[in-house]
Amino acid sequence: MAYPYVSDREVRVLSKNFGDPSARRLDTYVERGGYSALKKAFELGPDGVVDVVKASGLRGRGGAGFPTGVKWSFMPKDSNKPHYLLCNADESEPGTFKDRELIRWDPHQLIEGVLIGAYAIRAEHAYIYCRGEFFETTQVLARALEEAYEKGYVGKDIQGSGVDIDITVHLGAGAYICGEETGLMNSLEGQRGQPRIKPPFPAAVGAFGMPSTINNVETLAAIPHIVAHGGEWYRQWGTEKSPGTKLFCVSGHVNKPGNYELPLGFPLMDLIEDVCGGMRDGKALKAVIPGGSSVPILNAAECAACSLDYEGVVEAGSMLGCASVIVMDENTDIVKQVRRMVQFYAHESCGQCTPCREGTAWMTKILQRIEDGRGTEDDLQTLLDMGVQMTGTTICVLSDSAAAPVESSILKFKDEYLALIRRGERVGAA
Amino acid sequence: MADTPNTVSLTIDGHEVTVPKGTTLLEAAKTIGEDVPHYCYHPGLSAPAMCRLCLVEVEGAPKPMPSCVTTAADGQVVHTQSDLALSRRRGVLEFYLVNHPLDCPICDQSGECKLQDYVHQEGRDHGRSREPKRVFGRDDFGGDVLFYGDRCVMCTRCVRFMTEMEQDSRLTVVERGNRSVIDTFFEEGLEGTNWSGNIVDICPVGALVSKDFLHKARAWDLEHTPSICPSCSQGCNISLHTRDNLVQRLKPRENMEVNGWWMCDHGRANYEWMNHGQRLEAPLVRTEDAVRAMGWKEAVGALLDRAETTSGSVKAVVSPFASNEDLAAVRSLVDALGGGSMVYRMARADAEVPMDGFPILARRRDLAPNGRGAEIMGASRVGDDDGVGGLDDVAGHDGVVIVLGDPLVDQDASFGQSASLFAYLGMHGSPATGAADFSLPITNFAEQEGTFTNHEGRVQRFWPGLRGPGAAQPAWFVLGAFQAARSGDPAPRSAADAFAALAASEPALAGMTYDDLGARGAVLNETVSVPGG
Repeated sequence: MAYPYVSDREVRVLSKNFGDPSARRLDTYVERGGYSALKKAFELGPDGVVDVVKASGLRGRGGAGFPTGVKWSFMPKDSNKPHYLLCNADESEPGTFKDRELIRWDPHQLIEGVLIGAYAIRAEHAYIYCRGEFFETTQVLARALEEAYEKGYVGKDIQGSGVDIDITVHLGAGAYICGEETGLMNSLEGQRGQPRIKPPFPAAVGAFGMPSTINNVETLAAIPHIVAHGGEWYRQWGTEKSPGTKLFCVSGHVNKPGNYELPLGFPLMDLIEDVCGGMRDGKALKAVIPGGSSVPILNAAECAACSLDYEGVVEAGSMLGCASVIVMDENTDIVKQVRRMVQFYAHESCGQCTPCREGTAWMTKILQRIEDGRGTEDDLQTLLDMGVQMTGTTICVLSDSAAAPVESSILKFKDEYLALIRRGERVGAA
Repeated sequence: MADTPNTVSLTIDGHEVTVPKGTTLLEAAKTIGEDVPHYCYHPGLSAPAMCRLCLVEVEGAPKPMPSCVTTAADGQVVHTQSDLALSRRRGVLEFYLVNHPLDCPICDQSGECKLQDYVHQEGRDHGRSREPKRVFGRDDFGGDVLFYGDRCVMCTRCVRFMTEMEQDSRLTVVERGNRSVIDTFFEEGLEGTNWSGNIVDICPVGALVSKDFLHKARAWDLEHTPSICPSCSQGCNISLHTRDNLVQRLKPRENMEVNGWWMCDHGRANYEWMNHGQRLEAPLVRTEDAVRAMGWKEAVGALLDRAETTSGSVKAVVSPFASNEDLAAVRSLVDALGGGSMVYRMARADAEVPMDGFPILARRRDLAPNGRGAEIMGASRVGDDDGVGGLDDVAGHDGVVIVLGDPLVDQDASFGQSASLFAYLGMHGSPATGAADFSLPITNFAEQEGTFTNHEGRVQRFWPGLRGPGAAQPAWFVLGAFQAARSGDPAPRSAADAFAALAASEPALAGMTYDDLGARGAVLNETVSVPGG
């Protein structure tokens, strides 16, 4: 298969059908063993499924890395309210492009995962909330869902099991903040896409005021495999605390950017040098953002010892996030990159919380001024102070996310800022 | 203090505090006199916890907590003034000033602005922003409301008021991030709403201002006098904001038993009459050859003389805008002159205008503050729903005619011409008062102390915010002096004396004291059958 780039070091579990359009059809999916995990799940019962997922150690792939089985077990067991499973397909973190591929190449894998997840949390209705820009992707998913309804895999009395689960695909309107779980719920309900205050947590009061669980596409796509093969099977990959495989979205200055499914704990430098074919044009590595634009930047020295699991990246000084690896070479203008990212956050801030609404826009203006050669050294201290004031002071973490690259880049690449401030010149700009 | 299951005990800034379960940290801090700065939180509205200004430090919590939505818990240790809390709040205040125009010198809110207050209280000395400011400009929201977008702190109190209280979602936040701005949906904006003036009150800054009050007075030049809204029988607690002996605006005053924090737009706008310049200023007494202005002593002496010689029954017309004390003084005058009837006239609206989010509050049909009080004093309502007519038997009465406060605008000059004595106690002369033997200038409610009884029988005090014109005096004072001169009993020297006398003689008010009423009022004795109740 020629899906843009593949590597023999990959472990293709979730991504095995990438590049194979026939896998989108239900009969192909069933032929290859699809929907057998669903049957097994019905035999295990909801609590049995939760136990298997707990045993696998699967952690949420949306960025926070919270253990999925534990999250499911927070759902009330004896409530008489309807429960909802929400699948977060609003993939909007800059640098991330895995959920889109999972949906467009293997929609039934996700549908099966959603069904099992809904069954485990005793939900009779699941929503797949797709990013507004994913028009074609959503069409693929909607077609697959239609087929699954026709063949009795979704809807009333699934395959004669007596279990009813409906799935609704909802296309968002294109806002980063609607990928935040409670922002997504508001958007789904037709409200402004603004995060809600927690508590109450979604497991108590979620979508439409009912107990809800929200999982990332990649998390739910892994569920059928885990249920089919067992928790121990999944633990053959990865580390003790970060088991399993993970899709890495590599972008930037490498020879072969793309999606690679690798066991967690994979060395970052191996990903760049081996899997991605090394730096483009033989340039030197300057920096890597390992988990999507919200996490701190790593400099080349920090990258050297970084292993790509939840703990390993924290140890190196950043976070794994959703494993969106943005690679930057020696010619990269860090100040410009950071300004561009913060500008994105300023554009996407929902505007509720003052530190985020005002802070992201103010940071953008200061960074733009520095970039234009009109900065002062005091600006750096102001930016660092703002970073402190924007971290942990808001309803959601968008504000923290905007502050992280600013703070980390000033600490790690201060010379570039100072050079611009003192000489009005960009370092490394061609 | 012994704990009961319905309370929790915690420590705030070193003070042990016991509060009911469910109390927020912000409300709990108020019990030790600490007002944690806040914008989006308003006790009458939902709490979105979005301004992030009320952050406090809670020991054991991983980050500063918004005190407006964090509920007090047993054993909690809260610091509202710790370095962490102060630093985070200072940060939020600095963010507010990044785009705020700082146009305080031309802003109506200046002097009563929460942004000024909080920045002076705990903000930075100097702002660090050097960037150009965002500009939104001004927008006419309709009704009495003008919007200055640049001053807005995006607390969304106004949006939530319209949605939750008036329950007519005329406002919303459009756009996002720091392009967010409050806007109306359609061209009519707030036009036609009944309660939107309240959003000007709850706006913590000068973003929403009153067109009527625009550039009229500085906040620090205004005197605030607690009063009762006279525009309907709801009896909303208000403040008269006065300057130069003129009412400049009316603002609601919190009273959870009556109006919460709110008042209607009709009542808010209806104050110009209190400043009316054309007033009776001196007692006018008809003598054999002319109508003569006199001092009070002489006028009361003349009235005493006339009262000795008059004959016939008494017919009194009183006003539902008069205080309980004034009405009681007229009633005892009627009794002293041999008895008779008392009537009042009152305009009545077609329908109530309820505030859906605060069900005990409505603009009532009766468009006067004290119709209930007039009923208790034994007056009966005559005339139509425009507050006119119904005086045919009084106009031509050949006994004693007494008029209190009613300006008789629908009557002609023949009114009272057949009366053996026609005494008019009022604020304005009119053609129909031309035949009066005595035209005695009295003060209006804004110029005197007294009580009104609202639609549900709550007796509430008001205080004088204006000086009365010329020699005008409260009716209870004038008639009290007259009665004292007749009977030899002491005259009431204050509104409190007048109220005490009323409480002693009127069973519905028995046991009430002026002091007990305070600024919140008290409900009539329910065991007593109340006329008009």
